[in-house]
Order: sequence, then C-alpha cells, then structure tokens
Amino acid sequence: MLKNEIDFLGKRKIALIISSILIIVSIISLIANGLKLGIDFTGGTLVEIGYKKAPDLAELRSTLKDSGFEDATVQNFGTTKDVLIRLKPQEGVSNVELSSKVLNAINSKATEPADIRRVEFVGPQVGDELAEDGGLALLYSMFGILIYVAWRFEHKFSLGSVAALFHDVIITLGFFSIFQMEFDLTVLAAVLAVIGYSLNDTIVVYDRIRENFRTLRKGRSEEIMNISLNQTLSRTLMTSITTALVLVALALLGGEIIHNFAIALLIGVGIGTYSSIFVASPIVLALGITKEDLMLPVKEGEEIDELP
Amino acid sequence: MQNRYPLWKNILILVVLALGVLYALPNLFGNDPSVQLSSSTTTKFEQTKADEIETIIKNSGIPLKSFEFEDGKILARFNNTDDQLKVADLLRETKGRDTTVALNLAPATPEWLRSIGADPMYLGLDLRGGVHFLLEVDMDAAITQAEDRYYNDIRSALRAKKIRYQSVTKDNGRIKVKLKTEQDKLAVVEIMSNDFRELNIVEGKDLTELFASISENAQKEIKKFALAQNMTTLRNRVNEIGVAEPVIQQQGDNRIVVQLPGVQDTTRAKEILGTTATLEYRLADVEHDVQKAVSGHAPIGSRLFYEKNGQPILLKRRVIVTGDQIVDASSGFDQNGAAAVFITLNGIGAKKMGKMTQKNIGKPMAVVFIEYKTETRMVKGKKIRKKEKIEKVISVATIRDTFSKKFQTTGLDSPQEARNLALLLRAGALAAPVDIVEERTVGPSLGQDNINKGLMSVLVGFVLVLIFMAVYYKTFGLIANVALGFNLVIIVAVLSLIQATLTLPGIAGIVLTVGMAVDANVLIFERIKEEIKNGNTPQSSIFTGYEKAFVTILDANITTLLVALVLFGFGTGAIKGFAVTLSIGILVSLFTAILGTRMIVNKVYGDRHIEKLSI
Repeated sequence: MLKNEIDFLGKRKIALIISSILIIVSIISLIANGLKLGIDFTGGTLVEIGYKKAPDLAELRSTLKDSGFEDATVQNFGTTKDVLIRLKPQEGVSNVELSSKVLNAINSKATEPADIRRVEFVGPQVGDELAEDGGLALLYSMFGILIYVAWRFEHKFSLGSVAALFHDVIITLGFFSIFQMEFDLTVLAAVLAVIGYSLNDTIVVYDRIRENFRTLRKGRSEEIMNISLNQTLSRTLMTSITTALVLVALALLGGEIIHNFAIALLIGVGIGTYSSIFVASPIVLALGITKEDLMLPVKEGEEIDELP
Repeated sequence: MQNRYPLWKNILILVVLALGVLYALPNLFGNDPSVQLSSSTTTKFEQTKADEIETIIKNSGIPLKSFEFEDGKILARFNNTDDQLKVADLLRETKGRDTTVALNLAPATPEWLRSIGADPMYLGLDLRGGVHFLLEVDMDAAITQAEDRYYNDIRSALRAKKIRYQSVTKDNGRIKVKLKTEQDKLAVVEIMSNDFRELNIVEGKDLTELFASISENAQKEIKKFALAQNMTTLRNRVNEIGVAEPVIQQQGDNRIVVQLPGVQDTTRAKEILGTTATLEYRLADVEHDVQKAVSGHAPIGSRLFYEKNGQPILLKRRVIVTGDQIVDASSGFDQNGAAAVFITLNGIGAKKMGKMTQKNIGKPMAVVFIEYKTETRMVKGKKIRKKEKIEKVISVATIRDTFSKKFQTTGLDSPQEARNLALLLRAGALAAPVDIVEERTVGPSLGQDNINKGLMSVLVGFVLVLIFMAVYYKTFGLIANVALGFNLVIIVAVLSLIQATLTLPGIAGIVLTVGMAVDANVLIFERIKEEIKNGNTPQSSIFTGYEKAFVTILDANITTLLVALVLFGFGTGAIKGFAVTLSIGILVSLFTAILGTRMIVNKVYGDRHIEKLSI
C-alpha cells in the first residue's frame, strides 16, 4: 500500500458503529417524536403577513383568540416584521373562507393593515395524498436505482448503493425529527435530491472499483477497494465542497421558504459523502465481492467463432 | 493528432453557445407593467377601437410607454405600476360592455428577439405573485343528480305508457321499480332497454320487482361531463375577471387547477369562481322597436337584452323555461347536416315548452345565459359588496315546430359553437358543486422578495464555486469556470425556450446544478492529474483523462436524472419546477463540462508540445 493512502476499509468497524448509532437514534426519534409535518401533508391554513414595523405577537394572538381562532399559532417568520399564522384543519368550517376571516380579524383591530404575503390552504384529503405520493416517489426512485445499478454493475453493488441510500434518507429524516424542523413538500424534494446526489457519489466510487478489479492483476478485494476509494477521494471531497458551498449560499440567502430545503440538502450531502465511502463500499465487501463478479462476460458465440 | 477537435465540432459547440446566449437574452430586459384589453365577445377588436382607447389614455395625461395592437388585443405599457393601475381603473370605468381589462406584466423584450421566438422565462406564481386554486368537483353529487333525473324520468315514462306501478323508490344507489304483475314488469324491461340505455336493469328476486342502476360507462360519462362543464364555466368566469395569463387545467379525474397570475384579492377570486349560473328560454319581441328600447323606452311586457356580439334585442318578460328544467344538452347535427344542440327538458319544462312553441311557430326564441356573482369593490376606501346579475343572449333561433321533452336548437355558426353552447347549457343548468381543496396565494411583495433572494443565492453560490475552482485547479479551473458560466446561460436559454415554469424550488434546482455541474470537470481533472502522476505526457494525460472519466460521468448523471424523472412524475407545481431545472441542468452540464471545456483545453494546450499542465 502506498504511503499516503488512507485505510478506509480498515476503519469499517468504527464506521459501522457510527452509522448504527445515527440510524438507531434517528429511528427512535422518528417513532417517538415523528416528523413535524407542514400543512402540505397535514392540511390546514397558513397565512403569512408583513408589517412595516414589528408587530406585537401577543396582541395578535389575543386578537385571533377573541375572534374564535383558539388553535392559531402565531410566530415570526424570517424577520420580526413578518408573521406566520397557522390554523389546523377545522371540521364543519368552510376552509375556503378561513384565510379571509383571519385577515379580517387581524385588520379589524390594527391601525395599519397587514400586507398579505402568502396564503396557503391545503385540504386534509389533498394533504394525505401528497404524503402518500411522496412516500411512493421515494420507493419508486429506490427501485429504479436498484435495477439500474444491478444492470450496469452487479447485484452486490446494487444492494450496497440502496443500503447507503436508506442510510442517508433515514439519517436526514432523523435530523428533521430530532430538531423538529418543519417537513414540507420542498424538504421532501430535497430528500429525493439527496438520493440523487448520494447515489452520484457512490456510483463514481463503484465505477473505479469495477475498473480496478478488472485492471489490477493482484491484490485482495479489500486492497483494491481501498485503492479505489483513495483514487476517488479528492474528487468526492471536491464535489461535496462545491455543492456544499452553493447550498450554504442558498440556506443563508435563499429566504425562509427555501431554508429547510437547503438544510436538508446540506445534511444529505454530508451524510451522502460519508456513506459512499464508509457504507456503500464496506457492504459490497461484506457481501463477498470477487474479481469474477466483475469480469466482462465472455460470450459463448465468440468461442465458437474461433473454431476452425 | 491528439487533443484537437475537428472544425465541425468546434463550430457546433460555438453555435450552441451562441444560441444559448441569444435565447437567454430576453431575461435581461425585465417586464413592463401594462394593461391588456381584449374583447369579451366573439368579435375581435378593430383598429378603430384601438385608436379610441389610445386617445383615452393619452388624454388622461398618464405617460404611456408604448401602445400595441395585435391580433385583436390591445397592450398598453407603462413606466410603473402606479400609472398602470390608474389607467386600468380609468379604462374599467369608461370601457364598453364588450371589453375585458386585465393587468399584465408584459416582457420588455425587443422586437427582433421576439421575432425569433425568444421570450423570457415563465415565472411561477411564487415568483410573480398570484393565486393557485385546486378545485374538486363533487362527483357523488353529480351522480346523485343524475339518479334523481332518472328517477323522475322512469316515473313519467311509466305514466306515459300507462303502466300502473306499485312504487318507484330510490334504493341505495339504485332505482327500485315495483309493479303489479309480472307481465307489466316484462313490458317495463322492454321500455327501459330501449329508452334508458344508460341504465343497467336487474330483475329482482320478487317477480314483480326490478332494479335500475346507472351503468359504469354512463357514470364515467356523467363525471366527464361534470368536469367539462365546470371547466367551461370557470374559463368563462376567469375571462370576466380579466386575468392576463390564466391557467385552467384538469388534474386527475375530478380536479381542476386554476392559476391566476397577478390576482391579489383572493376573496374576490373565490367569489367569482363560486358564482352560480343558469339559463332561460324567452320569446323574442319582434313587434316593437329595439332602438327605442335602447334609448330607455322598453315596451310593457318586454325587456332589453344584449347578444354575444353586443347587439341589443327585445325579449318577452315571460320566461318559457328555466335552466333547472334542462336535464341534458348535447351537440350534434340536424337532419340537414347543420350544427345543432339537443336539449332534454324535465316533465314540467316539456309541457310548458310544448304549449308555447305550438302557439308561436315561425317566431324567434332566445336562450339567455344568466350569472349571479357577488363582487367586492373598493369605493372611496370602503368595501362595498354588490350582487350582480349578468344576462347574455347566447342564441336566437326561429321556432319551426312544436317542441316537447327533447328538442334541438339550430342556427349556430359551427359545430364548435354547438359544442360550446351544449357545454354552456349543461354548465348553466347542472354544474356539479365544486370545493376549493387547495389554495396558494403569493402576494406581490413576497414574489419580488423570492426573485431577489433566488437571484442572490444563485449569484453568491456561483461566485464561491468560481473562486474555489480557480484556486484549486488553476488554468483548468478557469476553463471549468467558463464552462460553468455557459452552463448557467444555456439552462436559462432552455428554460426560456420551452417556457417551463420557473419556481423558487426551480431556482434551488439551478443552484444545486451549479454545485454539481463542476462534478464532471472535477472527475476529468482528477483523472488527468492521476495520469500525470503515473508518468504520462501532458498531452496523453489530457486525452485519457477525458476518455476514462466519460463513462463514470455518464453513469453518475444517469442515476441523478432517474431521480429527477421520478420527482417530475409525482410532483405538483413547485416540486415539478425543481425536477425540471435539475434535469435540464444535468443534461446541459454534460454538454458544457465535457465538450465545452474540451474545446477550450484543446485550444490552450492541444496540438503542441507542453512540459507542464497548470492543474
């Protein structure tokens, strides 16, 4: 082994422990706390209003309470001048008029009318459907990847990559659950994009492993994989850094609506980078990959052609 | 010779880049606040109308940036939104009843760019502000309505055929007919299978009983109709509000998406979408002078109405039948091959219609379309709610024969018009109730904020990546940066060309692509570095670097594309926007990062002896 090479696979036990802890903690939190689902999935009404001066939230709350919106949550959104009001789906009340009623209630007492920035209303049935569609989308993409990787590489790789993806998705979801950050449609899109990104990383590593298995004459599987990981290391880090750079820009400057989306991607990119090195490859090794698995298949027809 | 592109390849790349710049260009010009006027009738505006409007605006003293008249539509551009709103208010007051006034943000693209089809990107509602509604048609109600109709029809059919029945009842989604004898039942089965083909007839256990239910096909038809009716009605109403680029689309089997860019007052939009409409049949008054009525002297017993084209017409005050007596309407051709609308009335309507038409053969009869809407308007700082009844004569035709339950209306210009009328009739008479199941409104201030923030994050992210690449890969980094710049330009060009909707998540997709677009270059450059480390010459390192990295790049990007496709397939609005920009970004980055950088690398290093690469 070369001097400045890192023995990644030698540290796979430590990686296994770290990953296991992260996954277990995530799953426990997902079961115990669940995700703080946004109105995209739960249904409900959301009104974002803006003021020229920072309003008194307590006053807004009591105004709303007096008008019969007991379950309204009122909080600042982004700046102190912007206020976000959320209402749970109400049975028997026409949801369509809810947002108008809220605005009337607020403006009736205020000296300065609020500027309506955003109104979102999602009916409960739509919310359920979006949640269901989202879950399906996750499954479909995993399945598509499983097939593609099995076709392009080999089934051990395909299992390794999908395991790494589950790892990334669970930990990203776990993060949102532990910190109770709002999980809405854009965050779901981010999670799906994480799948794409993490897979991209994994494929690059696998690609090199496949190449090295075919070209390097000697060496145990573990050594060959270590060489491959080292060869692709600077690329893996470079791409992660550039992607992380733009994501940080997005998280800090993209505004409140896109904030959680960027955070989900940042976590995903971090975890994805780690998993393509420490999860995807060790699994392939553990599944007992051999050179023969990756040799180019010799077509039977060719042998026959060579016969005189 | 190594590292040299053939001339055609260089030219091809340059052409693509040039086209990219050209089609991305319209996005730099921004928008003009403008007022769009169009005819609300079937006849288009003439030049005289345009001149008239232009004079009104010019006389008001509000500075006009430009005035365009094209394809029957008038577009007046202004320097700022204040002027725009003033003029819109002015025109709404002075407009004739045939004019729709809409606020619009018209792209300020120069003429020469527009002539080659170059338009700026289409901004989603979260960026331009506006309202998005998802409406659900109550299909159960539509089916129940149909059941009620059949229930009535079966009873009157039995009475007409003088078959005595014990009872006709609604029984759990079926209609139960109980007769007195088995013979009667067989006769009823016979009638039903002839006259009620849309019903499935099942004989009951009891020999005198039978059950009728709406067949699956007929149910599907009813649902399709209910959706089509509602869409037509919605489209008509949206046109009345005056929205520049409304979107009214079917989603799934029972939902309708309505997007109204630029509409801020959701309360008003909801009111308008929720109005009810109906129809009336009236005899035309041909004995009196229409012009007199126009000047304010309508004869007793008659009222003044207006036709679609704005023509005044006198109709009798007495209504023959109203819309709720229409049970069905369909379009087709009469025996002479002319376009016709076939209308079915219920029992009461049929009786009235029969009597009236018998007495008035040879006289014209009119169909009046009526809408009730409530409008909230700001008058001197106060909100005033007004319930308005809008009546329009949609067809006038001569009575040729005595009408009964089923009759046809002819005298229509085309099969298209017949279809529309049939839809309108159904829409007016039997529209199934709709619920708003999703609403997303973005105010104009937030829309602009989103654009600014989106642009800022793209810019900052982009610059960070540029610096990083230049520091790390030196000359090659700079080359990758040029490619990255073009990558951004071409993404914008493609989005503009296909007029895909750009949303805030869409911008996030672009930002993400910027980060990932360099990936291909990183792969290539790392490979070149490795080759050099392995002791290869710079020239062959470049060659093998590009060669070997290619397969990896392809594999890695196809999987990401796969995910983007899944996202697109399941996604609604915002998510779709993200998927679109991500996929376009991936494809474009393949082009710029592989072919684009290679061309520059070839120009810089190719075809000569070099000792060392700056990488």
